[in-house]
Amino acid sequence: METKIKNILKHINLNPFAQCRRYNLRLLQCPSFLFFLMGLLTLLAMVGTYLIAKKYYSSEVVIGSVSTVTILIFSLGNLIIKGIEKITATAIIKAEFISIVSHQLKAPLANLKWPLELLLSGKIGNLNEKQLSYLKLIQENNERMIKLINDLLDVSKIEDGRMKIIKQNVDLKEIVRSVVDNFIHLAKASNISISLNIENNLPLIKTDSNRVRLAIQNLVDNAVKYNKPKGKIEIDLKRMKNRIYFSIKDTGVGIPKEQQKQIFSKFFRSDNVLKHQTQGTGLGLYITKAIIKSSGGKIGFTSEENKGTTFWFYLPTVSAETGR
Amino acid sequence: MENNKKQKILIIEDEATLQKALQEILLQEGYEVISALDGKRGLELVRSEMPDMILLDLILPKMDGFEVLEAIKKDEKVKEIPIIILTNLGSVEDVQRALDLGATNYMVKADYNLSDIVDKIKKIIEKK
Repeated sequence: METKIKNILKHINLNPFAQCRRYNLRLLQCPSFLFFLMGLLTLLAMVGTYLIAKKYYSSEVVIGSVSTVTILIFSLGNLIIKGIEKITATAIIKAEFISIVSHQLKAPLANLKWPLELLLSGKIGNLNEKQLSYLKLIQENNERMIKLINDLLDVSKIEDGRMKIIKQNVDLKEIVRSVVDNFIHLAKASNISISLNIENNLPLIKTDSNRVRLAIQNLVDNAVKYNKPKGKIEIDLKRMKNRIYFSIKDTGVGIPKEQQKQIFSKFFRSDNVLKHQTQGTGLGLYITKAIIKSSGGKIGFTSEENKGTTFWFYLPTVSAETGR
Repeated sequence: MENNKKQKILIIEDEATLQKALQEILLQEGYEVISALDGKRGLELVRSEMPDMILLDLILPKMDGFEVLEAIKKDEKVKEIPIIILTNLGSVEDVQRALDLGATNYMVKADYNLSDIVDKIKKIIEKK
């Protein structure tokens, strides 16, 4: 009970100066302080008007003082709006800053990607084992940075509602196959087997191929990363009425029951995962959910700790989409 | 493949590192490769070389990718050549604009391996 009251109190900002300090605002630009002032003024005005009215018995005086106070409150209101505007403007500048910096950082990282792939492929000459292993490390770190920047960009897009998608007719099985191909090496390294079960004659879906690819990548990545050695991954792709269902089942660490609710939250990483893997930002599933949602689909999962997790999503097929 | 003639691919990309890597892998895959580091030169090559496919960056010096795309689509002789947009931005508005202008497909550079791009090229050329 006590903690509940504490929780409620935490949300009521009793200190009018805290916000000003947190956002580095001057007092006259700070909404919480201005509201506090306004409340104080209203109280004083009430008491004052009462006293004046009692002493002079004159309606002119009362009207006069009420008008003065109204004008004062009005001006304060104006200041509050300006303060809020300033906070909003700061948020916009921050978002723009993140976007510019990310793009500038991403370009040189992207430039490293292909030459590294060429060197590692042996297509432009052979390297010895040691050289290859160091290059592999460089490549892994480069991929990590690219992924991090992409995730940050996506999150800032999701947050200010700029996450838009480009709808094209997409063959989901092609995307699934290509993503799985890219993970084969990583899975083999941990003795994890991936089986792919794709139904015949799946219809096309209308969605953003790059985005859905990213969503599937995130799910496969998790299934590999949080699996146990010699674990299994089963991927299913099938049609159910006007939807295409994708599901991925792993034999990994699972998600603790009490943390399952938070699994799609931004920056969330479950305790048991943190024990095994320190890498990861906790943004993957948050972004994946946003992608599936914006494509008109739905995502969910079932999980048991220490046994494994099955993530699934569905997307509407083309005919279902146009039939609407 | 309908004949033994080498398929010709034009790369219009101003980032020399990427252009070089792409050229290398495509040559190894048995394609004939030509490239341009700016949009204006790219368009000249489209008209004089009649490639089988074009890989086009959007941000380019002298003439940007959109202008190149528009010029190609207005030109009866070359407008059927498939074009893959290679972009770093992944900005939806830009990509959508390129697709509306008639680009066949798009790929965000940092998200794809060279091998993925080769696969895509093969598929599109086979479909032709």
